[in-house]
Amino acid sequence: MIKAIGKPLEEIVEMIGDSKKVLIAGCGGCVTVCEAGGDKEVKVLASSLRLYYANAGEEKELNEATVTRQCDVEYLNELSEIVDKCDVVVSLACGAGAQYMAERYNDKPVFPGVDTCFIGVNLERGVYSERCQACGKCILASTGGICPVARCSKRMLNGPCGGSEGGKCEVDKDIDCGWHLIYERLKTLGQLDRFEIPVDPKDWSTSRDGGPRKIVREDIKI
Amino acid sequence: MSLQTSSKLEKVLAAGHLAVTSECGPPRGCDGSVIEAKANLIKDCVDAINVTDNQTSVVRLCSLAACIRIKQMGLEPVLQMVTRDRNRIAMQSDILGAASFGINTMLCLTGDHQRFGDHPNSANVFDLDSTQLLQTVRKMRDEGKLLSDFEMKDPPRMFVGAAANPFADPFEIRVPRLAKKVAAGAQFIQTQCIYNMKKFKEWMKLVRDRGLHEKVAILAGITPIKSVGMAKYMKNRVAGLDVPDEIIKRIGGVPKENQAEEGIKLAVEQIRELKEEEGIRGFHIMAIEWEEKVPEIVERAGLHPRPKTSD
Repeated sequence: MIKAIGKPLEEIVEMIGDSKKVLIAGCGGCVTVCEAGGDKEVKVLASSLRLYYANAGEEKELNEATVTRQCDVEYLNELSEIVDKCDVVVSLACGAGAQYMAERYNDKPVFPGVDTCFIGVNLERGVYSERCQACGKCILASTGGICPVARCSKRMLNGPCGGSEGGKCEVDKDIDCGWHLIYERLKTLGQLDRFEIPVDPKDWSTSRDGGPRKIVREDIKI
Repeated sequence: MSLQTSSKLEKVLAAGHLAVTSECGPPRGCDGSVIEAKANLIKDCVDAINVTDNQTSVVRLCSLAACIRIKQMGLEPVLQMVTRDRNRIAMQSDILGAASFGINTMLCLTGDHQRFGDHPNSANVFDLDSTQLLQTVRKMRDEGKLLSDFEMKDPPRMFVGAAANPFADPFEIRVPRLAKKVAAGAQFIQTQCIYNMKKFKEWMKLVRDRGLHEKVAILAGITPIKSVGMAKYMKNRVAGLDVPDEIIKRIGGVPKENQAEEGIKLAVEQIRELKEEEGIRGFHIMAIEWEEKVPEIVERAGLHPRPKTSD
């Protein structure tokens, strides 16, 4: 799922500025799973802001609401009444959800309450790790199920580079060398022969390099 | 073997000589005379001069401009190109530009991650990796086509090489990775600097077992150590470098004022030893900000004078 992390309180305070009526809007999707922008985090942020403004002697009205998903307009519609009576919205959804909120309520300033980081997995509670960069053309079948685009710091398709040491990446000893992992997995799968075949330059046009992307599924469109 | 390019390095290797290359790091400013001064220091003792491409991700005068200067001095540059900073459009364009000045030898690298340089907040490109850059150069030369399949009237004729690091992990992948670069079109290899001789020879044996030494010319990487501080820095701080404790002990075991000479002596010994190693076709001497010592190393190692080649 998409992984995000809450922005520092000071940054959110700065964005809210002089606005009096604020809606903190949570999302029940990915950001709930990674505990960055769900119902619980809405409550925590609202309490922190109330405390902050009380100490600062500022009058603010902080409203709270969480919808099933902010990336679907029907759920955003549920917020129309409360958004109408607020001056600004702080969205704790991912960057997609926050933008869709701004698109739906185009006369309201919408601020991001989280930094959206990556598509990843939960290694354990509170520890998330990137696995996919949504390049639009999956090559996992030939790389032992481990993605070099997401997991090699240089997104090499013919790795590892000369900086791999003890299974770790030259960029940071906390990062596993993606190509070391791929090699070990290919060995386990008995597919090492794949390793020596040069992989041709990748078609990045399906990635962000091709411009903003869109999927149209004629088979399921209503 | 018929020559595929006008590269002096290719000629020297084809004639069966042990080749000698060295390198110049361009300055962090626009004074091109720095390149010329460095090239002048080493010109009589090497066959070709590598010019690094923003090495360690630090912005420097560009490799292509520096190579053009060296070419215009009547010397033979090796254009190093990393895939970190430019996409396939820019790299192919630079290759054409280089060839238009008669530059005919290239080294294809992926490049250090920008995390280590002076612009750690920059975006990286990595549209291609080193293996794919090799494929690109070979396609341009052998098929006369760009990656887009556009056919060129005047394709660039590059003798093309790559790097190999026998000391990075996992060790068992290092020869298959060399094989991959050879399959992608590498004609010469410049290795990471060698300090762990035992491991290097182990790697060379695996290279020979697969017959790769007959398909690609391996130039052994030699970097003279200036001081025990440098040795320790390389051991502890440079990813993929293997500096055994006995090297540190040896350099550290002599008084500070003699450490540089001990480093030179070690480099000369390494070259003399590797001259006897089957499959070693030459040496790449990387004297970092110490180019003035290259002639002495080459002479003391018995690699001077350099062979003459016909144009």
